[in-house]
Amino acid sequence: MAKTNLCAVISCRALTKTHFELCLDAPEIANTAKPGQFVNVICGHSHLLRRPISICETKEGLLRLVFEIRGEGTEWLSRRKAGDVLDILGPLGNGVFPLFEDDPRPVLLVGGGVGVPPLLSVARARSAHVVLGYRNEAAMILYRDFLASSENVMIATDDGSVGTRGTVAEPVARLLDQNDYCAVLACGPKPMLRAVRDLSNAKNIPCFVSMEERMGCGVGACLVCACKTHDHGEEHNSRVCLDGPVFPSEKVVWDQ
Amino acid sequence: MLSVNLAGVTLKNPVMTASGTFGFGREYNEFYNLSELGAVNVKGLTLNPRLGNVPPRIAETPLGILNSVGLQNPGVDKFIEEEIPFLRQFDTKIIANISGSTVEDYLAIAEKMDSADVDLLELNISCPNVKAGGMTFGTCPTTVESLVKQVREKTSKPLIVKLSPNVTDVTEIARAAEAGGADVLSLINTLLGMRIDIRTRRPILHNNMGGMSGPAVFPVAVRMVYQVHRATKLPIIGMGGISTGRDAVEMMLAGASAVAVGTACFRDPFAPIKVRDGIEAFCKEQGVSNVSEIVGTVRPW
Repeated sequence: MAKTNLCAVISCRALTKTHFELCLDAPEIANTAKPGQFVNVICGHSHLLRRPISICETKEGLLRLVFEIRGEGTEWLSRRKAGDVLDILGPLGNGVFPLFEDDPRPVLLVGGGVGVPPLLSVARARSAHVVLGYRNEAAMILYRDFLASSENVMIATDDGSVGTRGTVAEPVARLLDQNDYCAVLACGPKPMLRAVRDLSNAKNIPCFVSMEERMGCGVGACLVCACKTHDHGEEHNSRVCLDGPVFPSEKVVWDQ
Repeated sequence: MLSVNLAGVTLKNPVMTASGTFGFGREYNEFYNLSELGAVNVKGLTLNPRLGNVPPRIAETPLGILNSVGLQNPGVDKFIEEEIPFLRQFDTKIIANISGSTVEDYLAIAEKMDSADVDLLELNISCPNVKAGGMTFGTCPTTVESLVKQVREKTSKPLIVKLSPNVTDVTEIARAAEAGGADVLSLINTLLGMRIDIRTRRPILHNNMGGMSGPAVFPVAVRMVYQVHRATKLPIIGMGGISTGRDAVEMMLAGASAVAVGTACFRDPFAPIKVRDGIEAFCKEQGVSNVSEIVGTVRPW
């Protein structure tokens, strides 16, 4: 049976002005989590809804979450201290990043902003090339972690302070031309996901995208986090929390 | 101690789920056995499948939420085929919440559900999130009476009418539903609300407005249940912001024979179970032999 977990905070630190890293003692979550899944966290008494946070990494019973302050709930979360206890539901989501364990070719990971963290567990698990998009040099969360796990890590920044100036599209297109990938796995803003999907499509490479939507229950009951998908020729609304958050890109209806 | 009777149907305890917050029970059955609940009130059903509204469909408010799901559901046929057999595995009552865009829709779905294996029907005339039908059917007494009367003729199942709080006088609507032949009243549906992102100047909900629920609406719900209990003879299912056993007892003192737990599940999936246990603890502490004894026993000044 599913349950909620009370997890002790091991550490909480700022990675940038607005991005924070929480390490939690959460063996039951850490031991079963798959890349792409998320947890739903209670953020104090004054915020009714749990906040969905993607799982960055799990290791030896520890859960590492990297999140951005988006509002009062995540701001509350950023002020946690070692020893605090959090009420966490998870791991959640049936749509996960496939690892293609029998395919020797690398995957191409594409992350943008706060979409970068959930890709790290894939980079740790298999051979991968990585393109990370950030606003600027100061926003480069987890760059060193990816450098340590993957052979080819490229950066794009909006202001050109590091790597390619502009979006991830140019380096992604270049890598797709130069290498043979078994799949492209992406997480980030919707325009980025759409661009990555177009580039992957042009090369006939399977593309999987992690979608984001405002959530309610996090378990598939309330139907607020809708993502329009094709299924058997019909359009319907899938649940990002339960059917996703990762979807095969060809299933997503992009013209909303 | 906890069993209650609603229009001839015995619920093992007075706690049910609120329509639209619990899907068809499958997701929360991963957390506990649905047989623990007095009843499962399923996601609002329409004759044909509905995609619902464009997201974002939820916004947080101080101790509450707004939603604008818009009755996304697979349609009544799929419910009958796939969801009723699933729910019948459990020792709990099934309440089917039904909606329509036109009177004809309501009558067709009521007729279809009459032969389906559900225990009660809940007529949703209070959904604030659909363009046609929904709340527009629930805000005028003559429309309510006429619709309930026509639906009544289509089904012999116990009929609950779910009332909107977005009216000037809820007792007027309650009496109209009673006159139309309702067996039970349920209230409150969500309160129409709105939030705006001050940077983008866009409403948070793509539908602009949505239905407010959660602890913030609880006092409004208690007040309306109290008023309706005094205005009609019908049993009431009280809902709106219930998250604890204490809330449920308060709602029952105001006049509810049973209670529904909704938004509280989003924070704590176990909320309905905790509410049930809280009611039981209250009964034991207060020497109440059956919970029905407390219904409407508030002592107003």
